[in-house]
Amino acid sequence: MRTIRFLLQKEFLQIFRSKAMLRIILIVPILQLLVLSYAANYEIKNIAIDVIDRDLSPWSQQLVSKILASGYFKLHRHTFSEQEALDDVAGDRADIILVIPPHFERDLVKENKAQLQLLVNAINGSKAGLANGYANSIIRDFNQQIRTSWLALDKHTGPARIEITYSNWYNQRMDYKVFMVPGILVVLVTLIGAFLSGMNIVKEKEIGTIEQLNVTPIRKYQFILGKLIPFWIIGMFELIFGLLVGKLVFDLPIVGSIGLVFLFAAIYLWVMLGMGLLVSTFTDTQQQAMFIAWFFVIIFMLMSGLFTPVESMPHWAQQLTLLNPIAYFIKVIRMVMLKGSGFSDISMYLLIMFVYALVMNGVAILNYRKRV
Amino acid sequence: MNPIITRSLTKKFGNFIATNAITFEVLPGEIFGFLGANGAGKTTAMRMLCGLLKPSSGEAFVAGYNVYTQTEKVKKSIGYMSQRFSLYEDLTVKENIRFYGGIYGLSNQQIKDKTAQLLQKLGIEKEAGQLVGALPLGWKQKLSFSVAILHDPAIVFLDEPTGGVDPVTRRQFWDMIYEAANSGVTVFVTTHYMDEAEYCNRVSIMVDGKIEALDTPVALKSHYQADTMNDVFLQLARGK
Repeated sequence: MRTIRFLLQKEFLQIFRSKAMLRIILIVPILQLLVLSYAANYEIKNIAIDVIDRDLSPWSQQLVSKILASGYFKLHRHTFSEQEALDDVAGDRADIILVIPPHFERDLVKENKAQLQLLVNAINGSKAGLANGYANSIIRDFNQQIRTSWLALDKHTGPARIEITYSNWYNQRMDYKVFMVPGILVVLVTLIGAFLSGMNIVKEKEIGTIEQLNVTPIRKYQFILGKLIPFWIIGMFELIFGLLVGKLVFDLPIVGSIGLVFLFAAIYLWVMLGMGLLVSTFTDTQQQAMFIAWFFVIIFMLMSGLFTPVESMPHWAQQLTLLNPIAYFIKVIRMVMLKGSGFSDISMYLLIMFVYALVMNGVAILNYRKRV
Repeated sequence: MNPIITRSLTKKFGNFIATNAITFEVLPGEIFGFLGANGAGKTTAMRMLCGLLKPSSGEAFVAGYNVYTQTEKVKKSIGYMSQRFSLYEDLTVKENIRFYGGIYGLSNQQIKDKTAQLLQKLGIEKEAGQLVGALPLGWKQKLSFSVAILHDPAIVFLDEPTGGVDPVTRRQFWDMIYEAANSGVTVFVTTHYMDEAEYCNRVSIMVDGKIEALDTPVALKSHYQADTMNDVFLQLARGK
């Protein structure tokens, strides 16, 4: 026990003496939280639109101003030349073209129907889909308005559409940040666990001090604990720190028990630390360790449901997330913080993490024994 | 019982025999020079004696402990200084001493006393709070040696301890080795400097995994009819 205390003391001295480390621990999380939470957003605003209004009637103008007033679209320009508008799309200056044909108002009044053309740049499929959806719903709304104002008195031709209204549970204002911040906290904790621990061990190999430690009576388990415990503590600190920033800056809701989040994080961190340890056993330089850890973390992260829902992945990829520790933590932290899930709701995931931590560290220690 | 005893100690890596059935004993309190060209098998032999590498066959006892089964006890009884500088450059002199003292199980009081003693002996009381990385190489090597014998080991292994050090510091370094030997520590040292070989009580010369010669420098020189240890070494190493 005393040996581990000396090892811990040494590690903390080195960590707090290293400016790079302090920056990683204190500044990176704040930047990551602020930048990612504001930037990683699925709501698309400022879709640039070109309008070709060949009708120039009060109704066509009303439609255009209704679209622009929605807040989703930003007028790039009015034009009468289709070629000009297409050039704008080609040059990435416009995302969508609305063509209002001549006699739009006349057709609307006389024939009770009129046509519009919507050209959408679909390079970014999801953006195009959303733009199309927004535009369509505004036009539908516009249509409704016309029917009501013209024909409301006639009970046969009056408004006939059924309007569906939504109530969004757990994130009522559909605030994307509320959804993102817990996930980003997971990323933070993950980086500390998977990168710093492994790199720190490999650093001792690089500078040759590991050889000196190997001839001392330090046991392997003492060395490993001495290396992993500091980063476990830092990881937990990072979570507290991140939660505070989230609370202060984003007014992050914490519906469930925060203790549950910490309990899960405590076990989850051992999975990541085990991974770092494993990486350190088959690498000799910090660069190698970083690249290998990066490879796994980036795959885990992209497939974790942080940015895209797991449910929209193909079946085989969904099966793979069963092995993805990051996916579990993201799921659990969202469940607890946003929905208020309790211990019984996440106990299965806790158990999975616990087994995962045991296996990961077991393999790492076996491998460590063989090589060093 | 002699501090180091080996009998037919062998290490094979696949088909390659790095250390071929070496048998020798090191006497208490002597300075034992372990010479050999690069790749002759010195490092392998030394790593087996320090408990870092399991021998393929043969026997070895260090400080009376079996290197196969009692590696932890072996490690407690030896000090080790490698050719690579292995103190922590981002810790201060004092912190390094404290750390290594701590992991060898010295009590806090012992660490305190030893630290004061060591700083005074090396004359670096003023630099105690400085990062080791900022010290000149010669100081680092002397500090490294002092830390290696901090826990009063029975035997200290020195692996090319004076590589890259200036002649004056080398001389001072050897004074420290003598002082340690006089206080009863057995010194096992590898070196490529043949003038240093002359300082040893006894010298062994390894060639291709085998010990080709083992005696006092004076006896070796007369046996090979050479003026210096350098000539002895060249005759043996080049002989094959």
